[in-house]
Amino acid sequence: MTTLTPVLTDTWDAEKSWSLDTYLAKGHGYEALRKALTMAPADIVTEVKTAGLRGRGGAGFPTGLKWSFLPPDDGLPRYLVVNADESEPGTCKDIPLLMASPQHLVEGVAITSFAINCHHAFIYVRGEVLHVYRRLLQAVQEAYDAGYLGKNVLGSGFDLDVTVHAGAGAYICGEETALLDSLEGRRGQPRLKPPFPAVEGLYARPTVVNNVESIASVPSIIRNGASWFASMGTERSQGMGLFSLSGHVTRPGQYEAPLGITLRELLDMAGGIREGHELKFWTPGGSSTPMFDASQLDVPLDYESVGAAKSMLGTRALQIFDETTCVVRATSRWMDFYAHESCGKCTPCREGTFWLKQILARVEAGGGVDEDIDTMVDLCGNILGRAFCALGDGATSPVTSSIQLFRDEYQAHIDHHACPFDPVKSALFEYTPKSRTGALAGAATLGGH
Amino acid sequence: MTATADKATGAEAPVPTVTLTIDDVEVSVPKGTLVIRAAEQLGIDVPRFCDHPLLEPVGACRQCLVEVATPDREGNLRSMPKPQTSCTLEATPGMVVKTAATSPVADKAQEGIMEFLLMNHPLDCPVCDKGGECPLQNQAMSAGRPDTRFIDVKRVFTKPLPVSAEILLDRERCVLCQRCTRFSDEIAGDAFIALQERGAEQQIGRFDVDILDYVDDGARGAEATLAGGALTPDGTPFASYYSGNTIQICPVGALTNASYRFRARPFDLISTPGIAEHDSSCAAIRVDHRRGVVMRRQAGDDPAVNEEWITDKDRFAFQWQCAPDRLTTPLVREDGELRPASWVEALELAAEGLAAARGQGGVGVLPGGRLTLEDATAWSRFARTALGSDDVDQRARVHSEEETAFLARTVAGTGMGVTFTDLEKAPLVLLVGLEAEEEGGYLFLRLRKAVRKHGLKVMGVAPFATRGLQRLNGTLLASAPGREAEWLGAVTAQATGGLLPADLPEQEAQAITDLAAALAEPGAVILVGERLAGSAGAYTAALELAAATGARLAWVPRRVGERGGVEAGLLPGLLPGGRPLTDAVARAEVASAWGVDAASLPTTPGRDVTGILAALTDGTLGGALVGGLELADLPDPAAARAALAAAGFVVSLEVRASEVTALADVVLPVAPPVERSGAYVSWEGRVRPFPAALDSAAQPDHRVLAALAAQLDVPFEAVAELPRWTGERVEAPVEAPADLPELPAGTAVLASWHLLLDDGALQDGEPHLAGTAKVPVARLSAVTAEGIGVADGGAVTVSTDRGALTLPVTVTDMVDHVVWLPLASKGCRVHDTLGASPGDVVRLGAAAAGSDEAANGGAA
Ligand SMILES: Cc1cc2nc3c(=O)[nH]c(=O)nc-3n(C[C@H](O)[C@H](O)[C@H](O)COP(=O)(O)O)c2cc1C
Ligand code: SF4
Ligand code: SF4
Ligand code: FES
Repeated sequence: MTTLTPVLTDTWDAEKSWSLDTYLAKGHGYEALRKALTMAPADIVTEVKTAGLRGRGGAGFPTGLKWSFLPPDDGLPRYLVVNADESEPGTCKDIPLLMASPQHLVEGVAITSFAINCHHAFIYVRGEVLHVYRRLLQAVQEAYDAGYLGKNVLGSGFDLDVTVHAGAGAYICGEETALLDSLEGRRGQPRLKPPFPAVEGLYARPTVVNNVESIASVPSIIRNGASWFASMGTERSQGMGLFSLSGHVTRPGQYEAPLGITLRELLDMAGGIREGHELKFWTPGGSSTPMFDASQLDVPLDYESVGAAKSMLGTRALQIFDETTCVVRATSRWMDFYAHESCGKCTPCREGTFWLKQILARVEAGGGVDEDIDTMVDLCGNILGRAFCALGDGATSPVTSSIQLFRDEYQAHIDHHACPFDPVKSALFEYTPKSRTGALAGAATLGGH
Repeated sequence: MTATADKATGAEAPVPTVTLTIDDVEVSVPKGTLVIRAAEQLGIDVPRFCDHPLLEPVGACRQCLVEVATPDREGNLRSMPKPQTSCTLEATPGMVVKTAATSPVADKAQEGIMEFLLMNHPLDCPVCDKGGECPLQNQAMSAGRPDTRFIDVKRVFTKPLPVSAEILLDRERCVLCQRCTRFSDEIAGDAFIALQERGAEQQIGRFDVDILDYVDDGARGAEATLAGGALTPDGTPFASYYSGNTIQICPVGALTNASYRFRARPFDLISTPGIAEHDSSCAAIRVDHRRGVVMRRQAGDDPAVNEEWITDKDRFAFQWQCAPDRLTTPLVREDGELRPASWVEALELAAEGLAAARGQGGVGVLPGGRLTLEDATAWSRFARTALGSDDVDQRARVHSEEETAFLARTVAGTGMGVTFTDLEKAPLVLLVGLEAEEEGGYLFLRLRKAVRKHGLKVMGVAPFATRGLQRLNGTLLASAPGREAEWLGAVTAQATGGLLPADLPEQEAQAITDLAAALAEPGAVILVGERLAGSAGAYTAALELAAATGARLAWVPRRVGERGGVEAGLLPGLLPGGRPLTDAVARAEVASAWGVDAASLPTTPGRDVTGILAALTDGTLGGALVGGLELADLPDPAAARAALAAAGFVVSLEVRASEVTALADVVLPVAPPVERSGAYVSWEGRVRPFPAALDSAAQPDHRVLAALAAQLDVPFEAVAELPRWTGERVEAPVEAPADLPELPAGTAVLASWHLLLDDGALQDGEPHLAGTAKVPVARLSAVTAEGIGVADGGAVTVSTDRGALTLPVTVTDMVDHVVWLPLASKGCRVHDTLGASPGDVVRLGAAAAGSDEAANGGAA
């Protein structure tokens, strides 16, 4: 039986958990930084490599390895950029972490910067979460005041400035190269790679881009050692991670546990599916990862096992849907999101999401035609692996996986010219469904038979 | 294929190649080649939209997907999991590429992308300018599905969106390939068009300076243009001298030209190659005409010269050739009035009159600066043989004896010198008396390319850093007009171990030291403009500087015919090929080539333009033979008018009626470039031949002059080729800088040059183009403005005893006690109104604010 492993969440229940004082008093605050400053930078990189920390931003790329891709130091600037743009539907781990204990990240930034010899680090925060932005600014200020940042960090001779930057409301700016363009003041659209950020990143200088949780995990590795970290999780997915449960679950929230835990175990901790209902489908790692149904309840939530089950661990954003949910409706809403957030740079994502959005809305409203299902599958095939960045690929996941699991439900919408579900039943709050207006309302009358 | 030359030995360094397989055919390409280019080499066509060989890859449209496998370390071929965009992928050794021709995956991928592009496209090909030459149309046929599956609602936009006075955008046709925005960003460096919004709402729009607190540093935001229509919400115009290129590279019909829009179908057009007649870059163009009417002009593809880019003037300014004032029959003056006449009669009268004038002191010859090489040679020969005159000068602009000597000494007969390619390889280019963007046309784009791609450093001696210089990341060596010689002299002194003046500000001393060192680097170039003729000693100093540093020197005139005219000897004292008129051997060579007696050629150098006009006025010369001359272009138009009015007899060869027509006794119509073949000579010294685009009965100048020669019984056939001149050349000029002018309070030194788009006669008939010309403003430094009590946006009156111009003031970071005016813009004809030239002292005074003239930028 897997149990919770509070590391990043260790102080969340404390009074004023976000303050530096609490972090120092309860969370071994900045012990790791003191230790790191006595180490050779290269040894810190090796320690993180040995620990087996993999990027927590979704792709799971080994973090220490990423750092070691930086070209040899030429004395000119190199940057650490922390990706705190968290915008994927269902993903809600970085923002709670920054609300509850931002010092985990700030200490991680200091250690990582020292390890890669960066003297100016940036934290790019999703712009809509103003309270988090303020809290992070406060945390950085506290760290400056205490001498953990700024000139001559803790008397080590190492200088570090940290800039917190608020984004302007675009999911694509979480994609690391779009983030860099946005941070430079340009339009947030992904860059052509190569050159990779490690070679030419921010201001065309070597840059490491890491997720909040990845960097926040670094202090615990330095303090407790690589083998402590590697003792958690599975052979190739080591350490702990935040699992975010949301949706039709009794106690939604953050569950910090070793990688490899199953949804069944997590649901047990979370009090199960909401009273009186049963699991219909769920996403293992956010809306961009193909959905599962109840038959995957025992798939270990590590990179390899989820991959073997034809989905992705992603950001461990477990969105849980019970039997009251119309899968067409859920997919249609996700597609609205992707169509809205597509940056527009490449054809398949820009046009494909525009098209899929209309088909899904039409099918949901009862205007579907028989060809729609196959057309959607084919369109997804024309997007997946053809788009410029992973946003386009991700947009196809809910469509293809939901059709695979629930094709009959789509067909039922088409056959009966209506949605068989009552959206009020799936709502978790008082809710009057809105009817669509405008062009899409008209679309419902198209086709039919 | 770029081959790099080994600097020390001059040998070509071997370019490493890689060998790959595309559709089962092996091909070797230089390392770094993109797969799409390698496929082109094999004749395999991969459909594409965003890819353009002169723009950086973006991989945005995804149309060019191919299947790729590469060998791993053990040499086993491994397929890449996804199809790859061939326009962003570099070829690597052993790579195996399958295009749609051999790969079902690539075929399906391309078809899928094409379907996405078409689903929101209006499919209005039958009324689209691009229909018939449209990459989307063509590639939809080759790579698309036969039918559509899209039954939902298409995206629509209000149309058209005027991007500028001459460019209209139909957004629903746009495939968002970003070619236009990348062109404006990478090539022209003008922020006039940009991507906006996101997702399916993403669209091309006018650049919005309000976004993200954009700071206009003056370098990217354009200057105000005449057409009020196309402004950003904050009033910044969208303007670029190169915007027409975006229409041509747009792979669909989204960008259209206001004049050409809906007027022709590409398949009805006949294309003839041509050479643009607007500047000495001599850009290759394509003249597209239908039933004898030119409908549009496109950029030609000429990698050595203009790549695939031309200026908007080259593209849009062609209506002048068929303007309503075109002369079609000879005219003769009878009882004070011009009347149409037959060629026979006109030629008889012209020959008679010229012969008589020759007897009455001689004939002055003013052929203008826009001739082809053939015409220039004919004019040169006609002057020397038929008229026995060396009073010949092509320069319709400020000129000097120093310049005559400079051109005869260093330019004439020197063949190809510095080339566009050399500029790309140069470590440093120093611009003196030359604004590359305003006066060199395409030249600016090549300099910018060199700056961006090859680290070229540009320095400019000028009174202020223009937007052009700023977009070249150039360094300004601030100089008042007339002081260029001192600047250059100081650098020469530095280069030859001399001392710099002790009172020189440290910054300037540093600039001089840096410049001297940079000019000594191999490949450094000094580009001098014709404006140095107005700055005493400047040409002399430029020659000395080149000699002292080893830098190469090239002369970039503004007009298309000037370099050819120098080759042909259209300057006093200069025979064809750089031969000094005073050299008996030179005269003998020329005489035998022309089949005349050497003794019949003039032996003493004649008058230049100023001398000819003076001699016509006082009757020393009996008459004038004039060609395509705009009197307002001359430094003293009033004097020129008086001279031709006083002249005993005037013959004019002209395409269109002009001021000269009204003063001529016989007018002989000649053909515009589009109706004749010929060759221009670019500033590089490159001969640029072009065929006639339209059938026409109009005669080129050389034919008319031949007929006139026949009438005068002078032989005019080509007898022999002139060999290369190896004898002595004209002496180098030796001229000292002029003394510093006195500047009493309320006066300033005049700085001025032509803007690319101005009041020039060759831009007539194209109102949309005129709308993108810059609004004339007077530029003053803050100190100068304060001295006369005007503020930025106020109005200043610049005056001489001759007249006054009132213009809005733009306070500029520039040399004090200098006022800059556009030389010949609408409402600001400096020579004509003020009778002044750059370097002259003019009076300055605040004008009543908001006066009508100031608001219109008009003349007082
Ligand atoms: C559309 C899109 C959105 C993304 N959003 C985020 C994000 O909000 N936060 C994040 O850490 N990574 C995000 N990523 C992943 C980043 O590109 C990048 O892989 C990650 O920041 C690397 O950090 P890591 O190695 O620490 O995981 C996103 C990727 C894509 C394609
Ligand atoms: S897939 Fe293409 S359009 Fe979509 S977000 Fe990425 S780059 Fe932009
Ligand atoms: S306007 Fe033309 S060139 Fe510009 S992005 Fe659209 S299709 Fe491409
Ligand atoms: S041509 Fe290759 S992606 Fe557009």
